[in-house]
Amino acid sequence: MLGRDEDILKAAEDWSKAGRGVALATVVETWGSAPRPVGSNLVIDEEGNFLGSVSGGCVEGAVVTEAIDVIESGKPKTLEFGVADETAWKVGLSCGGTIRVYVEKVS
Amino acid sequence: MKLDLLHTLNAERAARRAVVVVTGTETGTQRLVKAADVATDPLAEVIEKRLRMGKSGMEETAQGRVFLTVHVPSPQLVITGAVHISQTLAPLGQMLDYDVSIVDPRTAFATPERFPGVKVLAEWPDAALPPLNVDRYTAFVTLTHDPKIDDPALLHALSRDCFYIGALGSRKTHGRRLERLKAEGVSDAALARIHAPIGLAIGAVSPAEIAVAIMAEITMRLRVKQDKAEAA
Repeated sequence: MLGRDEDILKAAEDWSKAGRGVALATVVETWGSAPRPVGSNLVIDEEGNFLGSVSGGCVEGAVVTEAIDVIESGKPKTLEFGVADETAWKVGLSCGGTIRVYVEKVS
Repeated sequence: MKLDLLHTLNAERAARRAVVVVTGTETGTQRLVKAADVATDPLAEVIEKRLRMGKSGMEETAQGRVFLTVHVPSPQLVITGAVHISQTLAPLGQMLDYDVSIVDPRTAFATPERFPGVKVLAEWPDAALPPLNVDRYTAFVTLTHDPKIDDPALLHALSRDCFYIGALGSRKTHGRRLERLKAEGVSDAALARIHAPIGLAIGAVSPAEIAVAIMAEITMRLRVKQDKAEAA
């Protein structure tokens, strides 16, 4: 976990230094069975390229879309995914858990 | 996250130093706390607890909810002695997410066949240990029983701030070892860092059981606050 996360944070730095718009998503809370532990990272650029994971692939698509907004606005956001919010987000976690993801711009 | 904060974070991690990022998830504020600065931080208590557990997470504080991203280097286990105990200790360490290295100049012992999937260095400690970067996230054990091999390894470990040092040998053997190390100029305070007889007292008999006792003691050193660990 540490090695991979380190690569992700290094990528976030490298991408940003290369002039790309970059956002960092971090799993900040989990309830029930969640696919990735608290602290897991996903780095996203303004074109929707991403590296890492915040779930087993269940919600990355939605996080990427939100991250592009965050890159534009510069305002951090907290997203929540899970069974209860399935209709709100149109994506959920098939494992039945809930996760909260903090998305922030790297600038 | 500010780019310069991210840069400092990556630099600290590359240097194998622990670091915590404190993020106000409601306010968007963010700061970085280096391991060396934790003691004077207003959130010292929760940061220390999380650093010890190596776990990121949300905390309620007087300043509101903050998320602590904990970055600690992956622990490593350095074993001097490619002996029978090591054949269990090495895979056990790997299962517990340690980067494991075995050092033993005796080429008959230090073979890849005896230690599949483990980094085995068939060299003297003086040559093999310095590149391993023995640091505060390192557990260090000597298991050869041979002063020619164990003593220089222990001298190296004592010159570093690894979180655990253990040496195999009875109280009598260890008594003689302490005399030799003292003659090399090691202080009593430094010598007290060595756990010997090695491992928790669980009545271990077989080499595999001794490995379990050692790994349990290492885990306690890693996870339990110092004074509580000493009381145990």
